[in-house]
Amino acid sequence: MLELSNVSAGYGKTEILRNLSIGFEKNRLTSIIGPNGCGKSTLLKAALGMIPHMQGEISIDNVNLSTLKRKAIAKQIAYLPQGRGTPDMTVEQMVLHGRFPHLSYPRQYTSRDRDIAASAMDKAGIREFALKPVYALSGGMRQSVYIAMALAQETEYILLDEPTTYLDISHQLDVMRLLRNLADDGRGIVAVMHDLPLAFQFSDMVMVMDQGRIFAHQTPGEVCESGLVEQIFGVRIRREGDTYYYKY
Amino acid sequence: MKHLRKNRLAPIYAAAVTLLLFSAILGLFLGATKVGFTDIIEALFCGSTGSPQARILWYARLPRVMAGLLCGSALAVSGAVIQGVLANRLASPSIIGVNAGAGLAVTLCAAFGIVGGWRLSLFAFIGAFLTVMLVSLGAKKWGASRGTVILMGVALNALLGAVSDTVTTFVPDVSIMSSAFKVGDFSSATYIKLIPAAVVILTSLLLLNTLSNALDVLTLGEENAKGLGLNTDFTRVLFLIFAALLAGAAVSVAGLLSFVGLLVPHAVRRIATTQSRHLLPLCALFGAGFVTLCDTLARVIFAPYELPVGIIMAFLGAPFFLFILIKGKGGHSRA
Repeated sequence: MLELSNVSAGYGKTEILRNLSIGFEKNRLTSIIGPNGCGKSTLLKAALGMIPHMQGEISIDNVNLSTLKRKAIAKQIAYLPQGRGTPDMTVEQMVLHGRFPHLSYPRQYTSRDRDIAASAMDKAGIREFALKPVYALSGGMRQSVYIAMALAQETEYILLDEPTTYLDISHQLDVMRLLRNLADDGRGIVAVMHDLPLAFQFSDMVMVMDQGRIFAHQTPGEVCESGLVEQIFGVRIRREGDTYYYKY
Repeated sequence: MKHLRKNRLAPIYAAAVTLLLFSAILGLFLGATKVGFTDIIEALFCGSTGSPQARILWYARLPRVMAGLLCGSALAVSGAVIQGVLANRLASPSIIGVNAGAGLAVTLCAAFGIVGGWRLSLFAFIGAFLTVMLVSLGAKKWGASRGTVILMGVALNALLGAVSDTVTTFVPDVSIMSSAFKVGDFSSATYIKLIPAAVVILTSLLLLNTLSNALDVLTLGEENAKGLGLNTDFTRVLFLIFAALLAGAAVSVAGLLSFVGLLVPHAVRRIATTQSRHLLPLCALFGAGFVTLCDTLARVIFAPYELPVGIIMAFLGAPFFLFILIKGKGGHSRA
């Protein structure tokens, strides 16, 4: 379990997360939802140890995060940040860099690393573009390259910051199906989401945040019933069978 | 698939090595004084310094060829590293003022009577390192855009150049070398300068090779690189130290050689690869060959008069730079 207990964190002296406690389990797809600026991205960065936390404790499978080096953390948690550039390299080269945390001196990739990268590209459905430069791909395909890179990292947990933003609906569904499969394979997947019906539909758990606090961490059905969405977002969300949709 | 790519780069490596050997041999043979094949064999393999030809070879041409090879590879690799670290394809040691920083240090050294040895290399490194850190920290702290970083370099170049000029004005002894120094020139290459520079350059090149994947990961952007377990701040400084060591050593031997650090990495990226694992060694080989060839041209075109090599390289480099600017891929979509 990736666990935060009583964590407060922020940038400089500004506190964005206030005394949060939450555990993300393996084998689960958790969506984090909340209005802009509520601290969703900050929560991911804090969970990765990328920004210092002012109080509280973060642990991965009961190991305190602050005792681990960056590289050791990267072997256990992969991260897909919000800002995703288009580096000047081929798809295969980029996915191969997912193996970077596993390298030891003199840090050269082996044929085993190449095999792992190849199967990550298969899973993300981009193997056929392996030799193309990343900038020549469409936005959706680029997204898949980033996900393949995270897969090549072979971590227990993957944290994704808005993995479906800017994608057309069919690519959004592809990404969510892929995340669903990864969770079913036993990984702990945490995704910051803006599209509520999509988040509710595919997730095991939905975590609702506002102003640096957690308001709920429940199953999609329970969150839907609770009326919390209307209270925070000002829209209603309805459930019909397995599908969720907005009700204006 | 894997074999295909290896084979694709093999002829390029072969071409690079051929260019290097060709220009080194040409550099030993050609010059104002005729030195024959037998003279070279005799001088190199018997170690004789008896004949005037042998002395020309040992004390004029060989150090020059060595200087060309070393400085060419150092500046080309330094350029490739700086471009990677700053994520800016228009950066190079001469453009962002790193060479000028080293140049000021070398000028100051000359004013205080240090014209070679380890102290010169050390001060040249310090000058280069301070400048590159200033540009890099400035870019980070003020969130400067890629264009602004280049402009900061232009300003630093002007400022450091002005300080150097002030020194040469007040210390006339230094001014003798200053005009050739400013465009880059190997005519003052001596073993006392070459040996420390060679050690610094060769060691840096070897160590950089083990860090090539980290350089690529750095280009994925701050957050991605951190997510992959790279200590980005430390790594960036480490790379800039190497870039400064290389540029500083080259400037201490050859003066302010411009354009190699820009031209060679761009050419290699276009014809071969953007992968640092191959980019860095190819830059070293092509940089060495290109500069040595230019220097030989500089010596023979108007023999017995010789041009500073910087002039020949600027003739080739400036149009190339314009080509990059016009093609418009230098700093926007792909950097």
